[in-house]
Amino acid sequence: MDKFGFTISKGRQIDYGSNDKRIAEYIFEKEPSFRLCIECGGCAATCTSGNFTGFSLREINILIKRGENDKVRQSLKKCMLCGKCTLVCPRGVNTRNIVVLAKKAFLKSDEYAI
Amino acid sequence: MNRDVIVIGGGTAGMEAAGQLAKAECKVTLIEKEEEAGGHVRNWCHLFPDRRNSADVVKYLSDLINQKNITFLKGTSVESINKSKKKFHIKTNRGHEMLSDAVVIATGFDLFKSEKKEEYGYGIYNNVITSADLEAMFRSGDLRKQNGEIPGRIGFVHCVGSRDEKSGNLYCSKLCCVTAVKQAIEIREHLPESKVFCFYMDMRMGGAHYEELYMQSQEKYAVNFIRGKVSEVGESINNGLIVKVEDTLAGRPLKMELDMLVLMAGMEMAEGGRKIAGMSGLNTGENRFFAAADNHFGSNISNIKGIFYAGTCTAPMNITETISHARASVTEVMDYLKESNI
Amino acid sequence: MQFDPFVIPFNIGLYFILIYVITRSVIWFRDLSKPDKLRLQRGFFGIAFGMSLKEIFMESLIHRKILKTNLRLGYMHMSLAFGWFLLILFGTIEADIFGARHLNAPYKAIFFRFFNPEHGKTGFEAAYGFLMDLILAFILSGLLLAVLKRFYSKIVGMKKTTRLKLTDKIALTSLWLIFPSRLLAESFTSGAYGTGSFLTGTLGTWLATFLPARQMAYPFWWLYSLSLGTFFILLPITRYMHIPTELFLIFMRNSGIKTGDKAGTYSEVQTYSCSSCGICIDACQLNFSAGITNIQSAYLMKAIRNNDDVTDIAYNCLMCGRCDQKCPVGIELSPIRMIQRRGGEAENDIRNIYKGYFRSRQSVNPENEIIQANYNFLKEEEPGKTDIIYFAGCMTHLTPAIKKSMVKILDASGLKYNFIDEHGGVCCGRPLMLSGQDKEARELINFNSRMIWKSGAHTLVTSCPICYKVFKESYYLDVKVLHHTQFIKMLIDDGLVKMNFLHKKVVYHSPCDLGRGSGVYCEPKEVISHLARLEKSSFEDENSLCCGGSLANMKLSSSIKKKIALDAVNALTKNNPDILATACPLCKKTFSSVTEIKIADIAEIAAEALIAKPLKIYSSSHLTSIKELANI
Repeated sequence: MDKFGFTISKGRQIDYGSNDKRIAEYIFEKEPSFRLCIECGGCAATCTSGNFTGFSLREINILIKRGENDKVRQSLKKCMLCGKCTLVCPRGVNTRNIVVLAKKAFLKSDEYAI
Repeated sequence: MNRDVIVIGGGTAGMEAAGQLAKAECKVTLIEKEEEAGGHVRNWCHLFPDRRNSADVVKYLSDLINQKNITFLKGTSVESINKSKKKFHIKTNRGHEMLSDAVVIATGFDLFKSEKKEEYGYGIYNNVITSADLEAMFRSGDLRKQNGEIPGRIGFVHCVGSRDEKSGNLYCSKLCCVTAVKQAIEIREHLPESKVFCFYMDMRMGGAHYEELYMQSQEKYAVNFIRGKVSEVGESINNGLIVKVEDTLAGRPLKMELDMLVLMAGMEMAEGGRKIAGMSGLNTGENRFFAAADNHFGSNISNIKGIFYAGTCTAPMNITETISHARASVTEVMDYLKESNI
Repeated sequence: MQFDPFVIPFNIGLYFILIYVITRSVIWFRDLSKPDKLRLQRGFFGIAFGMSLKEIFMESLIHRKILKTNLRLGYMHMSLAFGWFLLILFGTIEADIFGARHLNAPYKAIFFRFFNPEHGKTGFEAAYGFLMDLILAFILSGLLLAVLKRFYSKIVGMKKTTRLKLTDKIALTSLWLIFPSRLLAESFTSGAYGTGSFLTGTLGTWLATFLPARQMAYPFWWLYSLSLGTFFILLPITRYMHIPTELFLIFMRNSGIKTGDKAGTYSEVQTYSCSSCGICIDACQLNFSAGITNIQSAYLMKAIRNNDDVTDIAYNCLMCGRCDQKCPVGIELSPIRMIQRRGGEAENDIRNIYKGYFRSRQSVNPENEIIQANYNFLKEEEPGKTDIIYFAGCMTHLTPAIKKSMVKILDASGLKYNFIDEHGGVCCGRPLMLSGQDKEARELINFNSRMIWKSGAHTLVTSCPICYKVFKESYYLDVKVLHHTQFIKMLIDDGLVKMNFLHKKVVYHSPCDLGRGSGVYCEPKEVISHLARLEKSSFEDENSLCCGGSLANMKLSSSIKKKIALDAVNALTKNNPDILATACPLCKKTFSSVTEIKIADIAEIAAEALIAKPLKIYSSSHLTSIKELANI
């Protein structure tokens, strides 16, 4: 049944009201520069992992902020922390710390610690 | 009525201010460090948004300063400014010592030094040029790669040295977006076979007729716009330029080989202006431009009574705004002279 | 039987600390790994023992290294340690010679004057008394400095001094009381009996003129004994534990034991050997450029000792290694910090008094496995067979001038090489290691290793010191790893490239991972002096600065990093060089963003100086080092 595109399924729209934004809140608190991202994509363009996979730090940024956390969790594994993204970011976002904090936030949310 | 005013900087703002002050019967000395007046406009070919010839503007300004009340000192730069009582005492590198009743600072801007963004390869790769270099090519009428070939694919990188924490410039230079669109159109006119791509973070088309120009570039000139900040530029085996960018709207990294890359260098406080700020005690802002006394109704007024600002030494402006700002500075000067009974 | 109840506190303290130290050393020995146990045994019967005795004398007593860096601070430490040692030594001899009988209990020596008040009136006895007074005066002068330092640290030439916890404060007070109370106790006794030398005698006689000296003496002997006893009992839970522990550290180090990458006896011994002298705080750029004064190594050691949560401290560090170089005790501070990083976020222990005395070994939690990175998406490609691999490194792709210069030099050398990450490569793994994720780093290391093996190269040249360090230390490669400065030096020495002399004034900034991190100081400077006029800065070699852009610190905001960079550039360019040369793409990028002065990598300078010549295939016979490499 699920082959049909028009079966009753979760809507495509971001359910901003009920999405889980604890991960975002956690990062905002620990790394305020997370708010500065303007989604220019410089980080994703320079990223080694991003050239091999769908990893995009820009995308992770916006998805976390919107509470669309499902995809993010798997993506985070692909970061090599090499730091090129930090060097190209025009807003001075501390990108590597965001990756580390996001990983930590997911672990904490499992333990209901945030 | 013998009132002396010194105008520092012989670009658009300085010439306009000098001309208007002379009309108001002030004795004006216009100091310019280059051998010719005109500033950056002189190096430009055509101007946005209507693509009029920049020579028209230069001619208007040159005619304006061609008055008997104006002394034009070329190849001269200011060494010191001192104020005692109501007189300003100015020394230059050529040994002039002058007294004046008021000073107008019109030191303008410098283009961001694009070699500082090393990842874009200016000065490292052939065929990475700046918007100013491209303008020079337009003036010469010869648009070629360094090896003499005609470029087929040309890219524009927006925000080089503007809106960039890494360059130390957080502000938007405001004119680069529309300049890129104008230059993209001109390239398409010069080389109808070429393909042009603009890599932008945001298209800031905030001036009169800008958005129309943007639409025209898409509709009539088929300029391609890709939203993403270029992160690095490399070289391919056949000396092409490889641009790495994320197509943020498609959500995927994009790699493109280009023949020529144009860096839209932003505007910075001019070095001359920085020197004057250092020697005179004039306030500068976090963006290093001169800080005006009030953003709304005192944008020509400095923290020193009798010194006024005109043009892009306070913020990035286009020519229309620069001329208006310079005229406004003249009003401020005249008010000051009158209030101080000079 | 010479005995008085006031000696009881001292006796309790002394025997407590002796038993404690013996127990503790047995536990430490038990926890050592087998090879380390063997090392220690070998060291005990070998040269290490003698070396340790010498070092203990020079460092633990004389404090030679502190004296070298800071004379006043060194004097303070020396007078307290060496003076106290002399006092005990000569006190014991005094009690042995002049006492009622030989081989006395320790308290007899310590409280000699109390039990022998009439002693010291004439001849040799008086001369000996003079010596004892001299030693006491020596200690008191140091103590005066220590008291002043606590309230006004600039007195001893220190900008910052460490903050103390409560037990430290009590121990410190008792330590401060020991010698003044001894002085007063001895003085009153001397005053009462008309003995004592220039210090105790004079003070005693004067005090006796307006005070009842005989009655006054007794409470001060109590105070002396109490302060000694208190100090000994508190010793294990305060920073003063460094006094006995440092002896172990010196012996273990001389026996060849290293910190390694896991917590263990050695790291614990080192942690307890830190005296919180504060030299690391003064050396730290986060302190003097950014005003961050709670994360330095002294605080890390303290937090580990206290079982505090060290996450924030451990990660907020540039890992530049300046403190390692300056630590007078020679504690391997950065490796210990790395151990803490590997531990991830440790949970806060509830402090109790027993924990301080009998805590288990530093417990380091294994990282939670749920979000383990994995890089199985990386595609392995077949690299072409070659002699030399050039690995630019991630950062170098953002400084194309460096990689282009290297390509120019490599082309000119005529050697067969492969630019293996020309179109982007895989990270070397060090950034992951620096954030404590060794397992993930290993995946990248294995991936890159396979690439390098397959190429059949005998030499690997890299432009990035971060890569260089990890290639050298954590890769198991049978190829020679060279930083490009070493490689260029070799090319010049072999005559494979010819260079012009550029008439430019150059100052060299030694990158942390290349200099302090890998010990490569000479080659970069030799290359520069071959090409241009090399000028000295005030921050050379071990004392070089960090650019501030270090990948090791993920906690700093970009504005603070820029502050550190600006301070460093200003310090290095005091003499207005034409070029500030470095040998690291990250240093170059960091510096370039804060200054107008020309920053260039040594490779760029070399490429500029290079005399172009037609390509030739490597065949000459006079070559030495490159050929030797091929034979490895």
